[in-house]
Amino acid sequence: MPLPSVPEDGLNRLRAARPVFEARARLVDAVRSFFKSRGYLEVETPVRLPVPALELHIDALPSGNAFLRTSPELAMKRLVASGYSSLFQIGPCFRWGETGRIHHEEFSMLEWYRIGTDYTGIFQETQDLIRSVADQVLGRRRWDFQGQWIDLDLPWVVLSVDEIFKERAGWDPVEDFDAERFDRDLLGIIEPGFPRDRAVVLKDYPAQLGALARRKPGREQVAERWELYLGGIEIANAFSELTDPVEQRARFADWTAQRQADQRSVYPVDPEFMAALESGLPPTGGIALGLDRLLMVLLNAASLDTVLPFRTPVDTGST
Amino acid sequence: MGYTAADLRKGLRIEIQGIPFVVTEFTFVKPGKGAAIYTCRIKNMFDGSTQLRAYRSNDTFDKPDLEERTMRYSYAEGDQFIFLDENFEQVTIPGSVLGDSQYFLFEDVEVSVMFHNGRPVDVTLPTFVEKQILETDPGNRGNTATNVLKPAKIAGGYELQVPLFINQGDIVKIDTRTGGYADRVSKR
Repeated sequence: MPLPSVPEDGLNRLRAARPVFEARARLVDAVRSFFKSRGYLEVETPVRLPVPALELHIDALPSGNAFLRTSPELAMKRLVASGYSSLFQIGPCFRWGETGRIHHEEFSMLEWYRIGTDYTGIFQETQDLIRSVADQVLGRRRWDFQGQWIDLDLPWVVLSVDEIFKERAGWDPVEDFDAERFDRDLLGIIEPGFPRDRAVVLKDYPAQLGALARRKPGREQVAERWELYLGGIEIANAFSELTDPVEQRARFADWTAQRQADQRSVYPVDPEFMAALESGLPPTGGIALGLDRLLMVLLNAASLDTVLPFRTPVDTGST
Repeated sequence: MGYTAADLRKGLRIEIQGIPFVVTEFTFVKPGKGAAIYTCRIKNMFDGSTQLRAYRSNDTFDKPDLEERTMRYSYAEGDQFIFLDENFEQVTIPGSVLGDSQYFLFEDVEVSVMFHNGRPVDVTLPTFVEKQILETDPGNRGNTATNVLKPAKIAGGYELQVPLFINQGDIVKIDTRTGGYADRVSKR
């Protein structure tokens, strides 16, 4: 399906975006039918929260005396702790200050959680989902993305952070962590070196980048987290969920201290979420997937501008 | 009062160690769970040099004290160029600030002058100005092609490339943004 180039004028832009709206509708239908066929319950959780999820590098947009959610993660984990075994949600999330070629302050997130599994089980399910979505949105599993064919039937490449960094960047961030160097080499060396013709999964991050992922049993310095890349674009982030309230509290305290040192807003720890963890969260795998980015890659668009017809095209420069 | 990296965007003017810069290119990147990186090309408003810089969210910048005023060109004294504001107050701007723009001035032309802490740092001319060709090889009347060029000089010795059909004495239009030939206005 050829995409029209986006005209500057607002109404024309919306008119020209009909194929984009239609593709998004097929994408959402495909996601829903996938999860419903697997017995998942679709849920909606609040968008406006008294306390947003605290993460080291994510800022929440204030909304009156509350905040817009940066992800539905804490609410969905409360549902899991209260006995729901497999859940998914599609909905808007907001992250303050994130605007660029593959960032938009308001975006559409797909999150799902399943008890009794870990990030490996979620990996299998993600493969099935992405293939099924491509079938229904494009009618095929091989398509051109920015001059390079992506073929979802080629075996997915799974790379460990420690191995690929040692091989390409000459150091091991798991043994000797350096946050700034990690980001710089990830963006400058590791991501540009990924194969573009197939899906790539980068897994087993240094525990310091574990966010809300548990540590690997028997290898405490590694967090069970992976990221999915399609065409070099980061699409999804999966965890074996952290279920230990003591460790979770320690991480929140650590991020709070670091955010204070950086003079960024700090948010109090969500007491309902902590109560859920303390009541016992079963072993769970979970994942957050950026639907706009997935649509952008499926539609061979160079930036989110194409798949967000209401956004004023962002001048993202040429560097 | 200043800016943080989150305020960065194309066209923003910032001050670093007393020097005003304008952001000419801007890219936002943020790895999953990582820190945002704001990559910018910034142009030194004093000397026009550019550099590529990467900033983090907690980087801060001063807001330069910049003022833009409309002025008229009056006359030159050596390398000093005298402009008048609406109250006929004189401001002297050195040729080094004007750069090639000094060759495109003419009496009474209205320009926009950017001041930093009261010091003129940039002068913007009308996009097109007309100038007479004082020196060039004889024209080739039959050749109306605009893609074959030859050197020509205007007053002050400024040299530009013009089509072969341009003759000494012709008036041409010059694009002040590039300093290049734009069109022929009249024949000698």
